[in-house]
Parts: sequence; structure tokens; C-alpha cells
Amino acid sequence: MNYEPVIGLEVHAQLLTRTKLFCSCSTQFGNEPNANTCPVCFGLPGVLPVLNRRVVEFAIRAGLATNCQITRKNIFARKNYFYPDLPKGYQISQYENPICTKGWIDIEVKGEKRRIGLTRIHMEEDAGKLLHEHPVSRSKAASWVDLNRAGVPLLEIVSEPDIRLPEEGVVYLKELRRILMYLDVCDGNMEEGSLRCDANISIRPVGTKKFGTKVEIKNMNSFRHIEKALYYEIKRQTEVLKGGGTTAQETRLWDPEREVSESMRSKEEAHDYRYFPDPDLLPVEIDERWIEKIQSNLPELPQKKRDRFIKQFQLSPAQAEVLIETGEIASFFEQMLQKYPDSKKLANWIINSPFPVTKLNPDHLTKVLTLVDAGTLSSNMAKEVLQKVYETGRPPEEVIEKEGLTQVSDTAALEAAINEAISENPKEVERFRGGEEKLFAFFLGQVMKKTKGKANPKIVADLLRKKIGR
Amino acid sequence: MELCDLTIHELHEKLKKREIRSLDIVDSVFKRIRSVEPKIHSYITLTEELAFIQAQTSDAMMEKQKDFPPLMGIPIGLKDIFLTQGIQTTCGSKILEGYIPPYDATTVEKLKQNGMILTGKLNMDEFAMGSSNETSSFGIVKNPWDLERIPGGSSGGSVAAVSAGECIAATGTDTGGSIRQPASLCGVVGLKPTYGRVSRYGVIAFASSLDQVGPLTKDVTDSALMMNLLAGHDPRDSTSLDEKVPDYTRSLIPDIKGWRLGVPKEYFVKGLDSEVEKSIREAIRLFEKLGAKVDEVSLPHTDYGVPTYYILAPAEASSNLARYDGIRYGYRQKEATTLIDLYKRSRTKGFGVEVKRRIMLGTYVLSAGYYDAYYLKAQRVRTLIRRDFEKIFENHDVILAPTSPTAAWKFGEKTDDPLKMYLSDIYTINVNLAGLPGMSIPCGFTKSGLPIGLQLIGSHFQEEKLLRAAYTYEQSTEWHKRRPKL
Repeated sequence: MNYEPVIGLEVHAQLLTRTKLFCSCSTQFGNEPNANTCPVCFGLPGVLPVLNRRVVEFAIRAGLATNCQITRKNIFARKNYFYPDLPKGYQISQYENPICTKGWIDIEVKGEKRRIGLTRIHMEEDAGKLLHEHPVSRSKAASWVDLNRAGVPLLEIVSEPDIRLPEEGVVYLKELRRILMYLDVCDGNMEEGSLRCDANISIRPVGTKKFGTKVEIKNMNSFRHIEKALYYEIKRQTEVLKGGGTTAQETRLWDPEREVSESMRSKEEAHDYRYFPDPDLLPVEIDERWIEKIQSNLPELPQKKRDRFIKQFQLSPAQAEVLIETGEIASFFEQMLQKYPDSKKLANWIINSPFPVTKLNPDHLTKVLTLVDAGTLSSNMAKEVLQKVYETGRPPEEVIEKEGLTQVSDTAALEAAINEAISENPKEVERFRGGEEKLFAFFLGQVMKKTKGKANPKIVADLLRKKIGR
Repeated sequence: MELCDLTIHELHEKLKKREIRSLDIVDSVFKRIRSVEPKIHSYITLTEELAFIQAQTSDAMMEKQKDFPPLMGIPIGLKDIFLTQGIQTTCGSKILEGYIPPYDATTVEKLKQNGMILTGKLNMDEFAMGSSNETSSFGIVKNPWDLERIPGGSSGGSVAAVSAGECIAATGTDTGGSIRQPASLCGVVGLKPTYGRVSRYGVIAFASSLDQVGPLTKDVTDSALMMNLLAGHDPRDSTSLDEKVPDYTRSLIPDIKGWRLGVPKEYFVKGLDSEVEKSIREAIRLFEKLGAKVDEVSLPHTDYGVPTYYILAPAEASSNLARYDGIRYGYRQKEATTLIDLYKRSRTKGFGVEVKRRIMLGTYVLSAGYYDAYYLKAQRVRTLIRRDFEKIFENHDVILAPTSPTAAWKFGEKTDDPLKMYLSDIYTINVNLAGLPGMSIPCGFTKSGLPIGLQLIGSHFQEEKLLRAAYTYEQSTEWHKRRPKL
């Protein structure tokens, strides 16, 4: 029997607000443990949450960008469980009526278009972090609680079980990440945990409708791990079923070093979170005007931008894909087009740049490209100039002058170098004239060497032809 | 009469006329504390040294000013549910013994800014769960009118202290009657404002959707003075409402001619003590004599109040009390070996019987499979109870009722029977479920000399009407002037 996987993904995206979800503490990453805390983050007796409205706005942005319906009356619920990094003994989240529902994201995998449904997007606060070694004293004798992250706003984005292949999952995640980054609601930094993913996976005989028993894999934070974990889990479940066994509903953890998933807890131990509406927070009413305002301020989303770039600037899909990778690159490209209208050439320069091209002053880049077109700079020299401009921040004119990097097109100077090359290599001249055409390149190289690469290759070639015949 | 037996406004007059200094009041209060506290035990923590320092500061300030706030230089006690920066705050529970908060509750901040003198932190039922002040981890409080009887709960320490002159006024909290019921049993004035009228920030939560802060005073005028200070929007409490705060002392007008008062027939049934009923009926007659029109009204869902309350309040409490896990602050049991063991041992030793009973009840009614049958159903009943009241307030100004079905009872009388104990709050609980303001004022004494309280219930944000009706009644009676013999 053949099996097919059914995959749904839950993504936790940390929002780019300056302050936390229910207090005014900073959300800055990397500070000393417990530096970003107040009585509210600590869940001290007597504290009360006050909603950061920016979070609601960000959630609406994300919802509108992913074709969701926006819930008008929003209720925050308490999700009760005990854990030392959960200061209040409950997490404030949304349960029934999440702020966004019934959306979708379109993706393309191996040339095939797929639509992945979004069940819901809801707002919630992050928990803290446990350290089992003291960050300063390195003592392992106790565990330490760091609540810098406690109360940091998250969006939980839950997909429908529409994903069939691990690659599809990764493409979906990449697209979701790109949308969130375009919206400026999440920095997408997976290493710092700004984007984390849980996967629900089951397998079923091909052709059947019923879902198999699902396994949840928790907290993965790289595309590579996610893809590997999904493949591993599909293989594991398939082997269990083919061997006549049954899979258990459980939560598993991915061990990226050993590349295996391991059981964390089974359904029997599953939590009863005892959700109920948080009585410390009033329902949040979202009116039409608020939604309209946010809608009108939405940026052009990556897919739309890619299609437009292909059509408007005659780019290849591959070129367009790279240029829309971030909103920053895309807008740099369009900004540059005002000054340097050759879209294809420009696209190639941006795509092949070894450093973040958006860090360049557009005027500087324009200047260098124009010099290339005029024949004053060779492509290689231009790369060198740009690298220096990037490193020093100095204008290209200054760099070119200081490094003596202009191309030599002066015929007299070039002729001298050519004559030198001919007189130094009489045998080769002989052979070339005898018909060894490939030696032409040898002479070209000699001249370039003598001019330290500054010779204009086109002019050198013309002159060489004249001098050595053929 | 000693200074400690006077009211805020009486002392304020004397301070203004320079007849006395704040130091004299503080001195009188602490003298009284030294003599009666061993018998009554209304304090968990005394702040005598701080009180004298604050009095000195206040005296120095008042010397320079002709006008100063009415609470300046007045010794006030705080129920130990209000967080006080640098001063132990226990909420009556062993699990918070020795806990020193790093911040002040909004109410405490306001009182400090207005120059009040803090006498100390007042005893209370553990986490405000109780009707008799017998659940405090720090020992029971005795009723100053009869030391063999309970003072009422959960603000028992606060009312006992005010009644006995161990402070001039106090703050309390009321979740199901915890200001009004003990006020009634100890013969003081207790006002529970509209839900959302006073900030809950820095008040240890019992049941967030029901808790409300209010004043405990010797008379109605003091209640208005305290309300002027307590009421108002707090940006740190999302449930505190952004309504304008009136000057409550303007409600102190001895005239309610033409007012329509409602007396709910469901409140005069079996279980209401005959002596209490007699006093309440007399009070109602006096209101009629003063020119009000009194009708019998009906609150048909009255009977559902107590069961509804005992689903919703424990549900919220079970969640609010989850943070006391022995990890970051408060009591930690030392012998624990694993994390779960630490939670279990700390909470087993740290919480008392009544608190555990309610945590279990709350956990049960919120658990999957029971939520709809209990919690959701209770929320629906709550709406019906609120509508009952709203209907009456369409054409009535104030509702009159008993505060407690009986006068103060003896220690241990109801402790073995939680259901019997829960029924003692039968007249106050529905007011919390509806979020309405309610007030208890002294309206008589039993033959054996125990105070009886009359309850006034108003529509949302109608504290002014309560104060005016109460003031009118008070001006025609002497009950509020009696002090217990100690």
C-alpha cells in the first residue's frame, strides 16, 4: 500500500513592537537576563495586563495580507498550565474567535501552483526561558529563570492540513516569512527565535479521505531542520504502518544533531488548559474604519511584486524572484531604475553583488554602472570599485582616482605595450601567423598583464589584429 | 472620647483649627492598638515607626498650608490585600508570608499622595475567601462588640480595627460582600463601588470580574471623603472605567423626598433573623417618614446568585492563584525533589483549607467537558441577575435590603459546613454579579448588643444616590455614634 503525508504547520512569529503585549517593557533581544522586566512580566501579585494596541494592528495587517477574515469582537483567554517560565501560571492567548480566520497563501512548488489554507491567526504572549546553567557564574547547581521574553507579543499562524510534501511546507514557510517581513511585523530571524514552527504530520493510504493519527513536532527554527524532520517523520510513520503497527498520537521533539525525532509526551498526558476569557481584559472591538486604514497602508506583497517586475521590467522569473526576496532589495531596485533605466543590466548587477547591495548609495552605484557602459571601467574593475565603495563609504570617483582604476583606452599607451609583447615573444608571433588562432588570447593576456588589467580589451584586440595580422 | 474614636471629618476640622496635630492622633491610635489589639487581633503587620514619621511630615506640611486634603494626617489601615512597597503583604496567606512587594497599589499611591498615615496591614480571610475571618493564616479576628463572635469576612480585620478605634478608617475589598457584610456585623459604614469605579491595580486578585475596592469608615461623610480619593480611571487597570469622578461630598444632602425605593420581596424569606428583619423594617419605615416612596419589588433570579457565584469566583480564583508556585517569590517548601513535587509541597503547605477547596472547585468547573455545563451556564445566569436589577432601576432610585441575614455568629458555628457559611452572603453576592454599587450602614442592634446593617444598592455609577440616601438616614439616627465597649 502507498501512503501520502498530510501536514499542517503552526508558526509562532514574534512581532516587531518596541514594547511587550501587556506592559511597556522593551522587547529588545540579547539583553542581560531579566533586564526587560517589570512587575507585570514577573506576574507579581496584584498586577494587571494592559493591551498594546499596536499588536492588534499588526495582527490585522498579517490577516489582510493573507486573505483572512478579521474578527470584530476579540476576546483574550487564559491558557492555564504550570511551568516555571510561565510567571502567572497561565498564558494570555486567544481561543475561540481568533482575530483572523479562513485565509490562504498561494505557493508554487516545482512549477505547480498550490493554495495553502490558513485556519487562524491569533495573538498571544510568549513565556520566559529557563537556563540550566548560570550565564555568569556557570553554576549548574540550579536552574535559572529569565523573563526577558515573557510577555513578548507573538502571532500564532495555523495552516490547514493542506501540505502534502516537505518541500511544500518549506516553500509555504518561506513565503509566509517573506510576507511577514514585507509587512514589517516580524523580522523573520529564525536563529533568534523570531520565527518558530511546530508541525502536525500524519500519513494515510493514497486515495483515502480520512486523516491518520497525527504527531506533533515542536519548536523547529530552521528551514533545513523542518524539511529533514518532516521527511524523517513520514518515513518513520510509513515504516510503522507497513510493519503492521499503529502510530500513537503524541508530541515529539526534533533532535537536529542526531537527526531523529523523539517522543516528548503522549496524548494521555496531554494538558487540559482550562481556557476561559481573561476577566482582566475587556473585549477588543475592531471597527471597519480601523481595518480600512490598515488595508490602505498595506505594502505591495511579494508575489504581486514579482509578477509586476517580470511584466514591467522584462525580467526572467528567476531574476524577479531574487529581487523581491526582501522588500528592501525590491525597493532599492525600483529606486535605482529612476537613475539607471536598463532593468536587465541593473538586475544582474544587484543579483551578482557579493555584498548587500542595498547598503550602497544609489548615486554611487549609478555612477559606476555608467562608467562601465562608457568603457571607462571594465566589469571586473567595477566590482573592485564597488567593493571599496561599500567598505569605505567613499564616492566611486575618489576610489577610482586613489586606486588608479580607470581603463586605459589611450591608443599610444596601448600600442607601446603591444609592441613590447610582440618583441618579447617572436616565436609565438610566428606560430600565430602560421595559423595557431588560440595564441591571440595569449597576446591579449600579455597586454593586460603589462597594463595591470586596466587596458580596454576591445581596443587592445583591434590594435593587436592590426599589428600581427590575420 | 479619645481622638481615635473620632471620624476623618471631625479630626480634619480639629487639624484645620490647629487644636491638634497629626502626631496626637497617631499617638491616640497606637495607644488604643496597644490596649485592644491583643484581644481583637485585627492587624497582621503594624507600621508604627513609619506612622510617626509620616505624621511628622504631615504636621510640617499642614503648618505651612491653610487648606490641605481631608485625609492628610489621618491614620488609615489597609487590608493586607493591598500591595505596599517595602512592607510585608500577605493577603492573609502563609504562601505570601514575608513577601515584600516592590511596588504600591494604585490606591496606596493615591492615599500616600494625599498625606494619609499608614497604621499597618489588616487581617483578613486568606485570599479574601471567607465570611467570618476564620480562614486567615495569621489567626482569627474577634468582633469588638463581642469577643466570642466573628467580625465577618473577608475584610474582618479592617472593620474590627475601624470599629475599635485602631485606625480612623480602612480600605477593604468586596468580591461577594466582603466590605458590606463585615461592616454590617461590626457596625461601621462599608461601600462597595460599581465594578470598574476604583482601580484594582496592586490589589491581590481573588476573582477579577467581581473584586472591587472600597472604604470602611465610621460614618457616611467619611465614606464620601474616601471615595473622592479612591475613584477614577487607572491606565494600569483595563477594567477601570473612564468615567468622570464627581465630588462625592456634594451628595451629603439630608433630603430624599420623592425618591422611589425598592424592597425586594425575595430578600425577606426563611433564614432572615427576626431581630434583623425588625430593624430593617424599621429603617424602611423611617425612609418613608423622610419622604421616600417605598415599593415591594421582585428580583426573580435571587436564588441563583449563590450557586452562580460559587462557580464563577472559584473559576477565576483557581487561575489567579496559579502564580503562587514557590518558584519566584513567596513560600517555598524546602524538601522537594522534583519540579512537580516542589509545586505540590509548596501549595499544600502554603494554602489553607478554604483556598484549596475553591481552587479545586474552580479547576473542576473550567476543565474540558464541564466548562459549558458550569462556567458558561453561570455566565448566562449572571446576565439574568443583572437584568433583574436593571429592570428595577428603570423606575427606582435605590434598593433597600438587609446586608446579612443574621448578626455576628460565634466562632466555629459555621466552619464545618461550607454551604451554610456560603449562604451568609446571600444578600450581597448578587450585587457583585451585577457589578453594582452597594453600601452597608448601621441600622440597629440586637438585644444582646450586636450591630445590624442595612444595605443600599444602586444602579451603575450611582454611588452618589447611595451616599445621599445613607446620609439622610444617618442624620435621623444615632446608630453610627455607638462605639463598642472594650
